[in-house]
Amino acid sequence: MTAIRPAVEAKGVSRIFQGAGQDAVKALDNVSVSIRENEFFTLLGPSGCGKTTLLRLIAGFDYPTDGEILLHGQDIAPLPPFKRPVNTVFQSYALFPHMTVAENIGFGLKMLGKPKAEIAARVDAMLKLVHMQEQRNRRTSQISGGQQQRVALARALAPQPKVLLLDEPLSALDYKLRKEMQIELKRLQHETGITFIFVTHDQEEALTMSDRIAVMSSGNILQVGTPWDVYDRPAERFVADFIGETNFLTGTIESAGNGHARIVLSSGARICATAAKDFQLGSMATLMVRPEHARLVKGTGDLAGTIETIVYFGTDTHIHVRLDGGEAFIVRQQNSRCANCGFERGDKVGIQIGDDAAQLLKD
Amino acid sequence: MASAKEIADKAERDDIQSRWLLSTPALLIVFLAALGPLLIVVVYSFLTPGNYGDVKWQFSTNAWVSVLLERDVFDDTLSLAGAHLSIFWRSVSLSAMTTILTLIFGFPTAYFIATRPEHRRDIWLFLITIPFWTNLLIRTFAMQEVLRNDGIVNWVLQALGITDHPVQLMYTNFAVLAGMVYVFLPLMVLPLYASMEKIDFRLVEAGYDLYATRLQVLRRIIIPLVTPGIVAGSILVFIPSLGAYVTPRVLGGGTNLMIGNLIELQFGQGRNWPLGAALSIALMTIVMVALLFYVRNTTRSDGSHG
Ligand SMILES: Nc1ncnc2c1ncn2[C@@H]1O[C@H](COP(=O)(O)OP(=O)(O)O)[C@@H](O)[C@H]1O
Ligand SMILES: [Mg+2]
Repeated sequence: MTAIRPAVEAKGVSRIFQGAGQDAVKALDNVSVSIRENEFFTLLGPSGCGKTTLLRLIAGFDYPTDGEILLHGQDIAPLPPFKRPVNTVFQSYALFPHMTVAENIGFGLKMLGKPKAEIAARVDAMLKLVHMQEQRNRRTSQISGGQQQRVALARALAPQPKVLLLDEPLSALDYKLRKEMQIELKRLQHETGITFIFVTHDQEEALTMSDRIAVMSSGNILQVGTPWDVYDRPAERFVADFIGETNFLTGTIESAGNGHARIVLSSGARICATAAKDFQLGSMATLMVRPEHARLVKGTGDLAGTIETIVYFGTDTHIHVRLDGGEAFIVRQQNSRCANCGFERGDKVGIQIGDDAAQLLKD
Repeated sequence: MASAKEIADKAERDDIQSRWLLSTPALLIVFLAALGPLLIVVVYSFLTPGNYGDVKWQFSTNAWVSVLLERDVFDDTLSLAGAHLSIFWRSVSLSAMTTILTLIFGFPTAYFIATRPEHRRDIWLFLITIPFWTNLLIRTFAMQEVLRNDGIVNWVLQALGITDHPVQLMYTNFAVLAGMVYVFLPLMVLPLYASMEKIDFRLVEAGYDLYATRLQVLRRIIIPLVTPGIVAGSILVFIPSLGAYVTPRVLGGGTNLMIGNLIELQFGQGRNWPLGAALSIALMTIVMVALLFYVRNTTRSDGSHG
């Protein structure tokens, strides 16, 4: 894996915005990340965590306060944006209102001074790729949001950049169209072999589309990994909380070693959890359990509690349990043919936690 | 019973009726204040001049003939009125130059203001409008101070050793041009700013992203988007330039007249009101033709602003 040459590499990149007063905003704080060639790489994080700032630094619209950015091993600091082999799909699309769909798509090639025939052929190919042949002579104000999104995509792909930056390109679309475009984008990335750096605040979108995800929070990258990594082996509490639904339980570490630790909860229940690093005996720690990794049982389980609410979701059911220690805990059960599988509100139940399903987190 | 269509039709009729009613005051003002005097001017241009100004109610086309032609004193033959033509030509060319120069100076100024942080723009706009606070005449005399033989420009030129005797700047076309550019610059900057302010500057970034250099971004993105402002500013500068009176009078002296001065002359010393009236109408016609031509050209060459 390490032999693959990175397409984009950030080394200790910081960007500090000097505010109007004394307060400076650290939009990026010493960020280092390495993005591989032909990879669908996603920057995931809540709004304001610095995703757009990082993209703008790569595109060249803004410059880092500190650190350097390499493109295929080459420092790109001296290159103005119009000399970087990188194209952007803007969050707001930023289509040129005074040009037609075809003129928008051909703009980059025209600026590169390509011959007319080549531009025309490439624009045709792009229109076909995004299924917009019929709208080629429309103004950008005369097409729908989804179509504008596709034009923005085609415009950025037309000059065949080495790296494509996409800043929340699907966030303005409604649910169904977004699902369609997710598949479309994945297909385009596959067909073109271009490195995609995709920004989103939607964890589900990140999980379904990415080869790897970088989870960001207030100017830092907390974890980089495959969707499985960040979902199933979150490095810290923020990641576990931001991606998917999670149960957190706090207790005291009773014994530790061999990558495992035993925690005593306030109710006296003992749980064995995997521990990525060594934790100090007797200290407080938080563990997480995904709702689908726990199971309700009629008798005694690892935990005990009372059912508070049952929420039916079609494919599965969420059962909210109040543990004897007072904590809330959610169990997700896949629905089989029985409706509640014999559980009712107010039932005293046990919760069985799967092997290695509980995980100790660093806060 | 009224059908849905009848009800809708009636609503539309009522709507049209109330719209007419509401616009009556505006229409009255237009008719009385604009068309009325214009009609009087047209009528006057077909009358005979009185001995001490004013007009005699006697139909004559002499005024119109002498807009462009002059009658030889001895043999009554008509020839082109060279003096009038050169004044027309000076007016049109100086006004066109003024428009172009204010555009050249005003564009970067407006761009500068539009790219400032939002809370600072008001201050810059305010600074741009300061000249409006002073009387036009005073501003023009200030310009005279700058341009006269022992004025600032000549003082600097001599201090730098570029010339050893004062350069004659006053009472030249250059002085008139400089004065008009100075006076009309804000009228160009403000509409330019108004349309630049509306530009989504992410479009500029998108341009850079797609390999456009600074010059290409200016030509392909900014200028097309600012075209409405360029048109409005040019009109706002060109029209009053063409009719300028004070500036050519003060800075151009008696030799560099423009149409405005010529018209004034007819109503004053010339005592030829019909000719003054005919010249006014001619000026208006030039303006309208120029406007029509300009607007059609700018909107066609850039048909995107439909
Ligand atoms: N030009 C700027 N001036 C000042 N602060 C900025 C500027 N751009 C971004 N920021 C701040 O930097 C932080 C990160 O912004 P951004 O990268 O846009 O977040 P995201 O795209 O993840 O929502 C935010 O707190 C934002 O307010
Ligand atoms: Mg953003």
